[in-house]
Amino acid sequence: MAKGVKPRVKVPKTAAAGEAITIKTLISHKMESGQRKDSDGNLIPRSIINRFTTSFNGQEVLDVVVEPAVSTNPYFEFEALVPEAGEFTFTWYDDDGSVYEAKKAVAIA
Amino acid sequence: MNMTRRTALALGAGALAVTLLPLSAHAAADDAIATFTGGAEIGEGGLTLTTPEIAENGNTVPVSVDAPGAVAIAVFATGNPTPEVITAKFGPLAAAQSVATRIRLAGTQDVVAVAQMADGSFVRAANTVKVTIGGCGG
Repeated sequence: MAKGVKPRVKVPKTAAAGEAITIKTLISHKMESGQRKDSDGNLIPRSIINRFTTSFNGQEVLDVVVEPAVSTNPYFEFEALVPEAGEFTFTWYDDDGSVYEAKKAVAIA
Repeated sequence: MNMTRRTALALGAGALAVTLLPLSAHAAADDAIATFTGGAEIGEGGLTLTTPEIAENGNTVPVSVDAPGAVAIAVFATGNPTPEVITAKFGPLAAAQSVATRIRLAGTQDVVAVAQMADGSFVRAANTVKVTIGGCGG
């Protein structure tokens, strides 16, 4: 279990029905690439977030396969449609099997 | 220094290895791209790849891709030990087929984006990014 993993998501609290909103997500994670060596010359094993998904009321928005080439604290910015009031679910999958989840509700203004 | 046959051979082999290295790096990227496209023809246009011209720190290079009408976009770093960066699939609620993230680049290289369009065709875009300090540790 990687330590200090904390997802952060920025979603507007309200939106007009059918509006496209910009979502910014970041999760604090070391993203150890498996290429680096420690001071004794041993390879540090890979430990990354390997998948990130977003859905709204169960409908898919984005599904990203993440490779070691993504920076520490993986950041994603994208746009989503909000057809009705509901909740975004953001999910990050760790190499070690952990799943991190964040939810954000959006109301219709 | 006397140029013996042995040193001449060693020099020659070294020079050959140096010229072959970039080629093999590109071959890995081409393989990765072929895996994504399934070997299909790749066209041009309809895909915007935004990268900085010069990245001071290869550990966090901001990149964004935008391809209206795409179902999936993959990004490859041709000069990295593993060329795959991200593969993004867009669902029905994606307002725009675009995504922005930050990536690691081992050195100055071409970044390639390939988008799969709704009709099954593929388009690509490539940018060269100059990297001052590489981002793969080691």
